[in-house]
Amino acid sequence: MNTEKNIKTLIVNKPLKLDCGKTIKDFPVAYETYGSLNSEKDNAILVFHALTGDQFVTGINPVTKKEGWWSYAVGPGKAIDTNKYFVICSNVIGGCMGSYGPSHKDPDQKIFGTNFPVITINDMVNAQYNLLDHFGIDKLFSITGGSMGGMQVLQFISNFPNKSKTVIPIATTSSHSAQNIAFNELGRQAITADSNWKDGNYTSKETNPGKGLAVARMAAHITYLSKKGLQEKFGRKLQEREDFKFGFDADFQIESYLRYQGSVFVDRFDANSYLYITRAMDYFDLAKQFNGNLSEAFKNTNAKFFIISFTSDWLYPTQENKDIVIALNSIGADVGFVEIESDKGHDSFLLDVPDFLSALKNFLDKSFEEN
Amino acid sequence: MKNEFQVIADLIEKDKKVLDVGCADGTLMKFLKDNKNINIRGLEISKEKVQECIAKGLTVIEGNAEKDLKQFPDKSFDYVVLSQTLQAFLNPELVLDELLRVGKKAIVTIPNFGYWKVRFHLLFKGTMPVTKTLPDEWYNTPNLHMCTIKDFFRFVKSKDIKIFKSLALNNLNSSIINDSNLGVKNLFADLGIFLIEK
Repeated sequence: MNTEKNIKTLIVNKPLKLDCGKTIKDFPVAYETYGSLNSEKDNAILVFHALTGDQFVTGINPVTKKEGWWSYAVGPGKAIDTNKYFVICSNVIGGCMGSYGPSHKDPDQKIFGTNFPVITINDMVNAQYNLLDHFGIDKLFSITGGSMGGMQVLQFISNFPNKSKTVIPIATTSSHSAQNIAFNELGRQAITADSNWKDGNYTSKETNPGKGLAVARMAAHITYLSKKGLQEKFGRKLQEREDFKFGFDADFQIESYLRYQGSVFVDRFDANSYLYITRAMDYFDLAKQFNGNLSEAFKNTNAKFFIISFTSDWLYPTQENKDIVIALNSIGADVGFVEIESDKGHDSFLLDVPDFLSALKNFLDKSFEEN
Repeated sequence: MKNEFQVIADLIEKDKKVLDVGCADGTLMKFLKDNKNINIRGLEISKEKVQECIAKGLTVIEGNAEKDLKQFPDKSFDYVVLSQTLQAFLNPELVLDELLRVGKKAIVTIPNFGYWKVRFHLLFKGTMPVTKTLPDEWYNTPNLHMCTIKDFFRFVKSKDIKIFKSLALNNLNSSIINDSNLGVKNLFADLGIFLIEK
């Protein structure tokens, strides 16, 4: 899926025992950095990407040639100001932008496909932790991410309680709900129903299960938007036509939009990676790791938390974010919380939502001043 | 800063952990943090005010005191502050109980409906009082349960809540309220400030 050039890779030699029981070693973690690490090495922010993101947070992604996924939030003078902070982001393991994943080859030089071990959010953050040693960073200034990125934030601070001063989970949950799992299963079924999937043993871009992956993306994309947002943007507007064509072509703009979203996604994403990463999200239940008590996950950290949700996010609604706040308050942790007014749905954290961006910036900059 | 906040700040020792319920733009929080090294948290219902607090570098949780105080463990703060908001809750008694559960002590201030200007206004003008501490008209006031200093004093005593200090505030002057001067203070103070514990 990726061209090898322009991708920085850390080869992790230390064996990593995965939750599934298997151990991986000498595996690649692909990463990108923005800004520069100061001499005290106390200005680093580790950003975790969401399901379909990658390490190319901002600027032009050298592989897709499109804007990075968090360009609104990260860059010089932006909320996460790269003139001030050193931003690190890596591709999750199981992904398809250079980190160890199902499109890699096994020791027998055969593409893994579904023989790649099933990974979890816990495995992802344990793999990424190696970047701290690589850069000689003892303690990060902050960790942040939205959606699945937020899950990694929560898992990271639970695993490494003293490794970040501030913690910013955004539009996320501590436990994937039945509805979340249901939507992910819909996506997986669309992929595996594509006859090109061949139990994961497709070998080239030309013969990949693109149709299934596109349907998975279309269904997921709907969950990232709000009803109001969709209605205002598309309503019942027709696509470059005066009236219905009385067929099954894309009559409505929303149909055409979704088809486009599906088709461009197929060009940059691997179907097997989609299966693996959605599975990791479904398995995520931080409280379960602590016998049902979420507070226990955070009891060893004195980090400063700031949790952000969005009014129109129905995928990871405010209440699920507030549950994290409640768990933190019940152990007297330092936690702030704000729900941002936005009709852009779950995707709000990726978009130009000024109240969100200013809250993020103010929290980071004020916390850094107090450093 | 309001004289009320100065009086509240004087009641709190240095280095304590404090929750400001209905912290608004965080003026009192910022003062306590900067001047008394207070480990300060705020709870605020207005999104705009929450943003103002974040811009001041304050830890604030967007939430509703009537629903969201229950997430804090018993006696998890040295002081819980509630400034001029008790009368705006649907169930002030419940909120008061929660303040005293969460805080080792609580500081509650109330706009005094027994203040002579308020009484004068209703008596002679025959319309609902509008004063400096009660600036809203009857149709747009957030206040649902107005009370007087005397009402609150008696209410607190009836609930076996211990009063450490009760102060009457009139413009810049604060003075101690006790059983013997209650009637006078209830007439001449526009604000009551109570340091209580249960």
